[in-house]
Amino acid sequence: MSKQKTYWKGIAELDSNNKEKIDKIANNEFAEKIPVEEFLGDKQMLDSSSTTRRDFLKYVGFSTAVAAVAACEGPVVKSVPYVVQPEQIRPGIANYYASAIADGFDFGSVLVKTREGRPIKIENNKEANAFCSANARTHASVLGLYDIMRIQGPKAFGNDVSWEDFDTQVKARLDALKVTNKKVVLLTQTFASPTTQSIIDNFLAQYPNVEHIVYDAISESEALDAFEKTYGVRGLPDYHFDKAKVIVSIGADILGDWQGGGFDSSYAKSRVPNKNHGKAKMSYHMQLEANMSLAGANADKRVPLNTYEQQEVLNYIYAKVVKKHSRYILERLEKIANHIIDKVSKDGSKSVVVTGLQSVEAQQMVLAINNALNSEIIDVNNPRFIRQGNSKKVQNLISQSIRGEVSGLITMGVNPLYSFPEADAFAKALKKMSVSVSFVTKEDETALGSQFVAAIPHYLENWGDYEFKKGQYFLAQPTIRPLFDTRSFQDTLLKWSGETMTYYNAIKDHWNNNVLNGYNWDKALHDGFYASDKTFNNSFKKIDIPAIVPKENGSDFELVFYSKTGMGDGRQANNPWLQEFPDPITRVSWDNYATVSITDAEKLGIKNSIEDNGAVNGQYIAIKNGEKTLKTPVIVQPGQAEGTIGLSFGYGSKAGLKPEMQTGVNAYQLYKNFSNSQKVTISKVDGVHEFACVQLHNTLMGRDSVVKETTLEIFNTKDKKYWNAIPLVSKNHIETEVTSPEVSIWQEFENEVGHFFNMSIDLNACTGCGACVIACHAENNVPVVGKEEVRKSRDMHWLRIDRYYSSEDSFAEDVEKKENSNGLGKTLKSFSEMEQAAENPQVVFQPVMCQHCNHAPCETVCPVAATSHGRQGQNQMAYNRCVGTRYCANNCPYKVRRFNWFLYNQNDEFDYHMNNDLGRMVLNPDVVVRSRGVMEKCSFCIQKTQKVILDAKREGREIKDGEFQTACSSACGSRAIVFGDVNDKESEIAKLQKSDRMYHLLEEVGTKPNVMYQVKVRNT
Amino acid sequence: MKNNKSLIFSISLVFLFTCFSFSQETTPPEVLAGKKLFNSNCAACHKLNKKSVGPALKGVSEKYDIEWIYKWVKNSAAVIKSGDAQAVAIWEEFNKSPMTAFPQLSNEDIDNIIAYTDFTPVNKAPTPGPTEIVHSANISAKTNQLIIIFSLIVFSFLAVLFYAVRKFMKRVAIANGVEIIENKQNPLQSIWRAYIKNQFLLLLTAIFGLLSIAYFGYAYLMQVGVDQGYMPVQPIHYSHKIHAGDNEIECKYCHSSSRVSKHSGIPALNVCMNCHKNISEYNGEEDIDKGYTKAFYTEEIKKLYKAVGWDEENQSYTGETQPVKWVRIHNLPDFVYFNHSQHVEVAGVDCQKCHGPVEEMEVMYQYSPLTMGWCIDCHRETNVDLKSNEYYKKIHEELSKKYGVEKLTIAEMGGLECAKCHY
Repeated sequence: MSKQKTYWKGIAELDSNNKEKIDKIANNEFAEKIPVEEFLGDKQMLDSSSTTRRDFLKYVGFSTAVAAVAACEGPVVKSVPYVVQPEQIRPGIANYYASAIADGFDFGSVLVKTREGRPIKIENNKEANAFCSANARTHASVLGLYDIMRIQGPKAFGNDVSWEDFDTQVKARLDALKVTNKKVVLLTQTFASPTTQSIIDNFLAQYPNVEHIVYDAISESEALDAFEKTYGVRGLPDYHFDKAKVIVSIGADILGDWQGGGFDSSYAKSRVPNKNHGKAKMSYHMQLEANMSLAGANADKRVPLNTYEQQEVLNYIYAKVVKKHSRYILERLEKIANHIIDKVSKDGSKSVVVTGLQSVEAQQMVLAINNALNSEIIDVNNPRFIRQGNSKKVQNLISQSIRGEVSGLITMGVNPLYSFPEADAFAKALKKMSVSVSFVTKEDETALGSQFVAAIPHYLENWGDYEFKKGQYFLAQPTIRPLFDTRSFQDTLLKWSGETMTYYNAIKDHWNNNVLNGYNWDKALHDGFYASDKTFNNSFKKIDIPAIVPKENGSDFELVFYSKTGMGDGRQANNPWLQEFPDPITRVSWDNYATVSITDAEKLGIKNSIEDNGAVNGQYIAIKNGEKTLKTPVIVQPGQAEGTIGLSFGYGSKAGLKPEMQTGVNAYQLYKNFSNSQKVTISKVDGVHEFACVQLHNTLMGRDSVVKETTLEIFNTKDKKYWNAIPLVSKNHIETEVTSPEVSIWQEFENEVGHFFNMSIDLNACTGCGACVIACHAENNVPVVGKEEVRKSRDMHWLRIDRYYSSEDSFAEDVEKKENSNGLGKTLKSFSEMEQAAENPQVVFQPVMCQHCNHAPCETVCPVAATSHGRQGQNQMAYNRCVGTRYCANNCPYKVRRFNWFLYNQNDEFDYHMNNDLGRMVLNPDVVVRSRGVMEKCSFCIQKTQKVILDAKREGREIKDGEFQTACSSACGSRAIVFGDVNDKESEIAKLQKSDRMYHLLEEVGTKPNVMYQVKVRNT
Repeated sequence: MKNNKSLIFSISLVFLFTCFSFSQETTPPEVLAGKKLFNSNCAACHKLNKKSVGPALKGVSEKYDIEWIYKWVKNSAAVIKSGDAQAVAIWEEFNKSPMTAFPQLSNEDIDNIIAYTDFTPVNKAPTPGPTEIVHSANISAKTNQLIIIFSLIVFSFLAVLFYAVRKFMKRVAIANGVEIIENKQNPLQSIWRAYIKNQFLLLLTAIFGLLSIAYFGYAYLMQVGVDQGYMPVQPIHYSHKIHAGDNEIECKYCHSSSRVSKHSGIPALNVCMNCHKNISEYNGEEDIDKGYTKAFYTEEIKKLYKAVGWDEENQSYTGETQPVKWVRIHNLPDFVYFNHSQHVEVAGVDCQKCHGPVEEMEVMYQYSPLTMGWCIDCHRETNVDLKSNEYYKKIHEELSKKYGVEKLTIAEMGGLECAKCHY
């Protein structure tokens, strides 16, 4: 075999004390037993019940009779057609509109799918050449439109008012402050919107006493400062990772939300080895970081270091590469630093160094290094404007407010009463101000603390224009009439400035006069973007950067903040899709927590234990930062740098959220000076925390045919049989490939005529971002089940992204390895390897959905033939036929079938979006909503493939490659998931099917799946 | 019943024919020519007795000078432009909507049209036609009654006869001295005893009983949720017979989305108004028996005007709408995907194949059972048209190469797979 690594799903698996529990879970598809015996065996309980046997039978008889009678009469269904039907709308046909999201944290161009006038899904706007691959949060943002907690109209002092009253009251107060020249602060999110900026400028000209401060809840202020100092523009450099040969990241989660995110699609392009011309090449990615991030998980080499060590390494590289002189550094860090210097100097302009260290000097150093390397990867001429926050000004605002020097505050798109570290003091100060206005979509903490609350529309109901990046313009357009009595921030500001024009007209004017340069407005609006062909040039200003000497932590812990893939900065906390979205790394949903390294956890005596029902429990620590203490549950995280703990933003909010969504702890409380690294002390606290973790269920333990991986060297030099062998089975004592039809006891299906769908998942391109999971949720009406149900392994995700950590196999093999190593050097080396393995594992992400087996084990065991094979390669599930025996799920080797334990819609027990009329508007009318007692699973988005086929038939044409898409494949910006018709020999999928890297999951089982995987190749 | 229908039909046909020939005899030819021209050129905007887009044309020759009318019809815009006071007044009265110019009409044509608009047919009251129809309808009802009465009389006569014969025979028997043994016991009881004792019969009955319970039980259960024949009362009495039958309006004119979408679509009210802006009253056939009079239909058109917010007086929309809540007739369960355009456009299936003779339905009802068996039967029998659709080209080539197959049913193409309709 090519590889002797075992992948394990959680460190609890390595603990031999857990073996019994883990085996039990592994052997039980449904972890929780139905408590029949407990109930009937409890005589006392039965006796104490007031319902007698006769009563029970009466009830049963009555309800059966009632149900039978009620079932006979069909309901009268009313149909109400339009009075005047809009010409674009034809019932049953989706319309797509190009728009853009810019909520202050996520920025991107999107395509909005609407049905009968309702936006129901966000798609990637593939024609836009930048910011076009939406992340999980953007895909989920459509649900925010139908959020039942949205504020439905303007309010003054807690009472509903009309907009006229609202305007007069606020304006009177603003005018009074203007006359007395008292300071008012306009605190906003980052807009990156040229028209909004001009509207604000106009407003500021009318009210000279108003100061505009931009505030990003998660600060990138230092990087902005550094870029401004170096290049004279307040922006952030853009990176073209697709051209990279060497990527060095020092504490920057380049696949997460670092500097606005959105780099994963270009990153993935450089990560796929392509053997077309001789030797395959792919980029080399090295990551130094404290928390295990997505970037770290995808890196070829990852070194866990705390911020101090990262800074030291950066100082050293800067000195060597830019200053060309040496510098003292610890020996163990020197090795790492020299390795980096070797790599970057070898590939020169094809390499790039990035950092997430939050100091102006560190950011300047990186800019200087990339300049010295003459890096083609970094783009400083067209900087990004999607982070504009200025933490110094915000800091100043806080202290001035507390001193009582600010008389008014207008907030837009920010929630300082939740996200300021000094939120309590600031709330008191806000109360004393003579005017406070909050522009919000729901009544958050700041809205509750403000006198006036202005209801603004959701981005899908509003116009907008953006310049996310120099020269790259985007337009947002409304896709639905505003659901509530809302008015956009820009329209309100125009009104307050005494203008009569609307925001839409302002945008159009601005674009026609300043942006379009003669280009057609309608075309730009249709496309959703306009790329200027002007070239820009920013020249590097050489500044002498003093080397920073960071202080060591000493006995303290370092707290390193991060933002979660699902929750971001927390503005979508009321979104059940995102709450239930399992974190790609820890696979915990509905929570945030402190991540602690294995060594530290052992020292503190902290463990994550597994309950009998497969749920993970944890313990608490108290994190003390100065005055403030936060009690936080703990997840023991492999790969966490020793002496550091990680904590994610976005949780712990209470206002404007349903009780179910009020999860986690508020990390912003410890976010002093908006610095993502804090010195803290921690101590263990009593109590047991219940996690909703999808980590230890559906285990695929010890089977190395799940993830195949190899190194670039072996991939380039050895035969396919060495690194991607097809498993052999015995037929008449002859070893035969499992894929050959002779060894199969099944008859082959006829699948050469017509379409035959296959899906390919490239483990090299998959970054684990989870956009596909949310896209699948939205497309297929997958229900949200809630924390308690997820704990019981009853999550409904049709598509999961398994995350495996690697290490040496078992204790026995460790012994073997020890015995086999001789000589001092080798022995020490293997010792150190064995020591490090679990502490800093390699990670692989593997999206798994129904594999659509040609010889499907589920089909044969269904007693009612509810699941059957289609000749287009889809394993079909007829919900109305299913009686819920769950045999299929038990017989599925991939554990991808999901059972509806309850009715998840219109059920108060599951009070998520499907429990109210507003939330149900997001449902896809082409996919049935499943009821209780029915098995469900991935359908290969048959509603989409059928749509393509039906359209082609109607139009009388052949189908082109790329037309067939599933929700996940079209959401995947990294092109890791490719879907298509393998009978179309020219198609991309047909080529991928013949690729050397192609293998099937658990191939030896002989299920012949229609989902294939591409072997993961690491550039070590 | 069928005979009755055809009887009515033939009678009314005869009547119509006579009516037509009658009118042909009395109407002057210029009026007929004028009518033709009026219908093809003017009727879109003008009515004889009523304001429409333009003014009512009855007696128009009395209001205006004939020379002026020639000028106006041929190019009204020019007349208005010339500042003619009369013209401007009309133009302003009718919301300044210009009348189409008809330069192609000769003076003679216009004369004909005016002859038509001036013509008042001699009114004979009561007209013979409708009464005759009523009469014939009455006949049909009466025939039914007569048959029933007649058969009742026959039956009672037979009963009396039978009783009389029996009595007579009894008398004959007594007269002949034959002793009649009156059975004291109930004769039924003895049969019952014999039956009870016969185990074979019992078993047979039990089997028969169980089988019939199963049979009828199954039949009952199978019709649960099948609403074949469902004919709900709709908020507006919309007659498909008048629209699709009498006026031969193509189904897809109103149900246009059936060409492109999965839904056939209930037409939006603005589609109705395409025609009903001008058709404000009903002038077709009546069915007085059922209450379908002209007044009744005209009242239904008024309901449409109310729903769509159309002010007939001013020929404008008020903006006050009351969307119509139609009762849905064809209800497929949510777990079924059915696409109209695939059947109508791709397969070219007639609407009538599933919806029945809609053009004869005064009140729309569910014609087909809409059960899965019904769908599948059709998919098993129907061949796919492989040749005239570019989409099937490749599949057709492959199939004929591999198997030499030229014909394929939908089922053979995979049309019976569960997930083709259930997802």
